[in-house]
Amino acid sequence: MTDWVEKQRNILDFTLSSLRRRKGRHLGMLAVYAAIVFLLASVMLFSHAIKREAAIVLADAPEIVVQRMVAGRHDLIPGAYADRLTGIRGVAAVTPRLWGYYYDAALAANYTILVPTDQAVPAGSVVIGGGVARARGAGVGDTLSFRGYGGEQFFFTVAEVLPHASELVAADLFLIAETEYRAMLGIDDGAYTDIAVSVRNPREVVTVANKIIAALPDTRVILREEILRTYDALFDWREGLMLVLLTGAVLAFAIFAGDKASGLSAEERREIGLLKAVGWETTDVIAMKVWEGAAVSLAAFLAGYLLAYLHVFHFSGALFEPVLKGWAVLYPEFRPAAFVDVFQVLTLFFFTVFPYTVATIVPIWRAAIIDPDAIMRS
Amino acid sequence: MIVLDGVRKAFNQGKPNEFWAIRGIDLEIELGRVTVLQGPSGSGKTTLLTLIGCLARPTAGRVRLGGRDISGLPERFLTEIRRNSFGFVFQQFHLIKGVSVLDNVVLPGLPTGRRRRELTDRAHALLSRLTLADKAASNAEWLSGGEAQRVAIARALINEPEVVIADEPTANLDSSLTEAFLAIVAALKAEGRTVLMTSHDPLIYRAEMVDRVLSMRDGRLVSQAP
Ligand SMILES: Nc1ncnc2c1ncn2[C@@H]1O[C@H](COP(=O)(O)OP(=O)(O)O)[C@@H](O)[C@H]1O
Ligand SMILES: [Mg+2]
Repeated sequence: MTDWVEKQRNILDFTLSSLRRRKGRHLGMLAVYAAIVFLLASVMLFSHAIKREAAIVLADAPEIVVQRMVAGRHDLIPGAYADRLTGIRGVAAVTPRLWGYYYDAALAANYTILVPTDQAVPAGSVVIGGGVARARGAGVGDTLSFRGYGGEQFFFTVAEVLPHASELVAADLFLIAETEYRAMLGIDDGAYTDIAVSVRNPREVVTVANKIIAALPDTRVILREEILRTYDALFDWREGLMLVLLTGAVLAFAIFAGDKASGLSAEERREIGLLKAVGWETTDVIAMKVWEGAAVSLAAFLAGYLLAYLHVFHFSGALFEPVLKGWAVLYPEFRPAAFVDVFQVLTLFFFTVFPYTVATIVPIWRAAIIDPDAIMRS
Repeated sequence: MIVLDGVRKAFNQGKPNEFWAIRGIDLEIELGRVTVLQGPSGSGKTTLLTLIGCLARPTAGRVRLGGRDISGLPERFLTEIRRNSFGFVFQQFHLIKGVSVLDNVVLPGLPTGRRRRELTDRAHALLSRLTLADKAASNAEWLSGGEAQRVAIARALINEPEVVIADEPTANLDSSLTEAFLAIVAALKAEGRTVLMTSHDPLIYRAEMVDRVLSMRDGRLVSQAP
């Protein structure tokens, strides 16, 4: 047993020192290999991170949102509806909300303008998301001006810029006081955009939603669970799209690997013949080539994965942002929390290292069963 | 004692191009002696070396090493015997290019499971004996012919084999290098090793320390000089 271990160590040692030859070939192989792992891992890490981020944000979202429908379109909802909702069994809290979109013609960008329900913004002040701050070049203490629905100018002093933490959803936020919201957008007192409802028992969400529709037939309810599912489906679809595109690259890589790694040169065949003649067994020769394949693919895998990690978590997935994040005009500065899923790593490992190793072994095995006396005649 | 008993070897047996390279050889080779196989090209010298050195199996007949019949053993055992009992010096040396002289020398020792340290110590000792101490770290690709042969000899000796087999060892060397090679063979003989080589170089088969010259022709032994 110790002999066996020592033997494998010896063979590995020799493999590593012989890897240093044909450096160009091995480095080229390594670079292509690492690039493929990098792309695949980037897509996986990035879309995974985005989904997590969305889930974290939505965790704070209300379980049920009630909207009023007029002629099949979302309309303002009267504050009086809130009282009727409070009366429904199973409802824990009811919060009428004011929000909407503001189109900034100068920057051709949309902001999400809203009146926060958990903090009060003083009149004349505004709290903005990172995207708005960057687009307007504004910081705390600066004054921003906006045109109201009637054409008059409104001025706001920036009280706060929202932290990075959840930029994916908060980048375009513009938070102001209720009175100014109503004045600027021309919304009557007592009218709201929608009503958020929280439920006492999470398992009763659907029951409560049905009661709401029965009590207020001109409304529509939106459940958080459904939004989550839609998000997941959307990002899964985009991830799938990226992966399909990458399949082409993977195939090209497979051909490249098959050609580079397994097409043994006459020189390599001669070496294998020599090893056999001086007392290496067929399995020793194969062990050496397996060590070689393992060394190359392990190095490539680690390098590719590390680069992908840096790409996604330190450079915000710069290469994929446009595809995976969609068409928002104010790009969020997305810094997802670093997160590595072991299962994901294993999947990727299995689909890169394993086929490469197998692809290299077959031709090696064919060369390794060469008769040991062949070397005497070459 | 190496004993050959009715040994025959066919290539491509059963095919239209069947060829009997060895056509019946009975022979006893005493250990600790220097034996030279001599004869025209194509007479079967190399083939006979491969049969004795466990590189190939005879088609018929037996090869015995130290009383043990090695002609019928499975590949694995042949490999082990070859590794432990024989050292080979090939005509073209066949050093592995791009790796160091030291790595080349330890090559046959790697699958024995001996410790790397032990192997490199022995390799260094062999290299300095063969006046190659300062070449251990050099790339084996850039050696002169004489140096390459001495590295090949060091490699043949790393597992301390009883028998050293050399096929046309001086075909690529000039006279002074041939003399140097003979000196090394003499030293191997002095330490009790058996040397078996092929050559049609008179400098070799007329050399003083050669105990026995066997002549071959058409796969048979022709005559035996004492
Ligand atoms: N693998 C082989 N297949 C067919 N014929 C072979 C093979 N190896 C050697 N021979 C033939 O066997 C004969 C003896 O070859 P060899 O032992 O190399 O002779 P020598 O070493 O005396 O020159 C030659 O005619 C050669 O062509
Ligand atoms: Mg020959």
